[in-house]
Amino acid sequence: MDLRLTPEMEAFRDEVRAFLDTHHDHYAGEASARPREAALQWQRLLIDNGYAARTIPKAYGGYGAEPDILKTRIIAEEFTRVGAPRGFANQGISMLVPTLLEVGSEEQKTRWIGPTLRGEVVWCQGYSEPGAGSDLASLQTKAVEDGDDFVISGSKIWTSTAAQADMIFCLVRTEPDAAKHDGISYILFPMTTPGIEVRPLKTMTGSAEFNEVFFTDVRVPQSGVVGGRGRGWFVANATLKHERGMLGDPNATEARMHSLIELMKTESVDGERLIDNPVMCDRLMQLQARVMAQKFNGLRLLTASMTGEPAGMAGLVVKLQGCELNHQIAALAIDALGELGVLYEDGPHLRAKGSWQWNYMFDLGLIIGGGTAQIQKNIIAERGLALPREPKLASV
Amino acid sequence: MDFSITPDQRLMQDSLVRTLAAVSSLDRVRSFAGDPADKGADIHSALADFGLAGIVIPEEFGGLGLRLLDAALAAEALGRSVSPGPFLGAYVLAPLALRLAGSKAQQSEWLPKIASGEIIAGVAIAEQVAGARDGAGVTASGGKLSGKALFVTDALIADIFIVADRAGDLHLVRGDAAGLTRSAMPTIDQTRPLGEVGFEGVTAERLEGGAHALDSLRDAGWTLLAADTLGAAQVMIEKAVDYAKERRQFGRVIGSFQAVKHMCAEMAAELEPCRALVWYAAYAFDDAPGEASLTAAHAKAHLSEVGRFIARTSTEVHGGMGITDLLGLHFWFKRIGLNRQMLGGPERVRRLAAQIQGLTA
Repeated sequence: MDLRLTPEMEAFRDEVRAFLDTHHDHYAGEASARPREAALQWQRLLIDNGYAARTIPKAYGGYGAEPDILKTRIIAEEFTRVGAPRGFANQGISMLVPTLLEVGSEEQKTRWIGPTLRGEVVWCQGYSEPGAGSDLASLQTKAVEDGDDFVISGSKIWTSTAAQADMIFCLVRTEPDAAKHDGISYILFPMTTPGIEVRPLKTMTGSAEFNEVFFTDVRVPQSGVVGGRGRGWFVANATLKHERGMLGDPNATEARMHSLIELMKTESVDGERLIDNPVMCDRLMQLQARVMAQKFNGLRLLTASMTGEPAGMAGLVVKLQGCELNHQIAALAIDALGELGVLYEDGPHLRAKGSWQWNYMFDLGLIIGGGTAQIQKNIIAERGLALPREPKLASV
Repeated sequence: MDFSITPDQRLMQDSLVRTLAAVSSLDRVRSFAGDPADKGADIHSALADFGLAGIVIPEEFGGLGLRLLDAALAAEALGRSVSPGPFLGAYVLAPLALRLAGSKAQQSEWLPKIASGEIIAGVAIAEQVAGARDGAGVTASGGKLSGKALFVTDALIADIFIVADRAGDLHLVRGDAAGLTRSAMPTIDQTRPLGEVGFEGVTAERLEGGAHALDSLRDAGWTLLAADTLGAAQVMIEKAVDYAKERRQFGRVIGSFQAVKHMCAEMAAELEPCRALVWYAAYAFDDAPGEASLTAAHAKAHLSEVGRFIARTSTEVHGGMGITDLLGLHFWFKRIGLNRQMLGGPERVRRLAAQIQGLTA
């Protein structure tokens, strides 16, 4: 344990601060799946200065720095401190790019990583199907070989940003006679290909954060396959690992904790600040301890990733614990606000644009998505504790 | 930056675990717990030989000169083996009190004797940290102490005591001083004897550096109790998982049932992030003092909650066997139970956590 900052690191912090100060007027976040020009410019500025895509090789459009957990932490701290938007964290950047770096061909890396990092190409993920949720490997969307192409038929569900996406990274069954896990390929193709229909899927939040996607004889080149034909399950698992890391991101949780503390310090009921209500304060402190534990667990994981040590149990619990914690933070905000906590539409009494309620509902989706809490517990038990798998039932 | 335990620290901890397996086996724990006259001298002597009695004592006074993080790793090992032996007060808090608040003369007189294991120091700070009950509390006047202190560590065997008075000042009292009385306070956890000490005009030496030192003792105490729970809870998970892999019902091991498997997974998911929290709280004590009190409070309160969940869940995974004396799982259950209440239960500690960071008055 040595978290001291060397003079070199203090200088780096000053550098980040100076950057954020200089470019204060250029802050522009990712407002929707299809970024505005201002957000694209901010993203390019971040990449050029090493505050986004920091460790991705220059040849692929990244900044090309050596991994340095301390600098990564300093950047995160400074951006959080001034509320500056971080680099894009869409599915293309968080899931596809790491996967391509791990198993993509040189041609795929060169062609896709740069434009994806810059926000010029927007991706969606075609994994879940109506009949393949937790049991993802039972997916039935088929890709039939025809010359140099595949012809794809079937449907996907829970596809975020499908309506805005240029491209999809998609799991399809290319080898119908192979075993369940061996018949799948991971393939990239344009969402403009004829035969694709996107239908918005409205959720309990009132908006359509997801879509259903239908494929009817969609003809795409075989060259879009990543990691080899029939290897899609293993490629997908690499992606899911990145998704679970993103879904449990402790920095995002810490930022939300800051907002909750601000809320409870500034809002009052009958002249009593929310934080001065002993029950609410106790709940807040319980959550703050959990947020702290998650944050330090994240630093421990960063150190492990730098030294090449296996993350072990500390890594397996991130998604389960992080998503639950986010949900509980939103729940406490709603409870602390009392009756005001139920307001959701625009109006004079609405707080934070209704985002606590929105988060409370949306986060429940994240507890379910990316591997349900129950699937996470199976993984922790089987991979982390070496407990036996559920015996297979005789087929009925 | 490095957020990990060094190979040396890991080595020290593994070596302590091996030492404890030899001197503090479950049989030895059982015999200690069953016999109030057992002073655990063999265990104290082995731990002092290991260097544990001087773990935070500077080398110039015969100690190892290590940091609270090292002491926390030792506490984790002691929690693992539910080891009797005078650790929290005698080996860490009393030496810290002398280190932080004692004069050079007091340090030179007492620290070498503590480091060598020649004497054991009891610590009486419960009223100032966890609150005064049943009229307890100690008042200092004219170099004399009056009143009584509860939940004093190693009260029956201590040769000297470190005592916090109602004003938060610290005093050193000799165990054989006139007017000092002691009696046992038997708790659920028979591995760490506590007691009541009465003072009737007892002569005391003041440790001049008092008030801030008491905060530090509190922070160190919170952190080490959290570390002890970390070790004890980890063992309870391991025992539950082992049992679930072995015990068969309905023709299969119970660990293949999702209901049981998820109990195990939930325990692991709750405990694993605690490890980093305990490490950081202990690290902050020496190296990030501005964060020490808050992280210690959160470590103490959070490990209390997670510890209780694991103590209960692990016992349930063991079914009926879990509640038997024969299995001995209850030693860990009770250890975690004492750690939760000692130096303040989680609700009190969380209230202090809010005050420490200025959120509430």
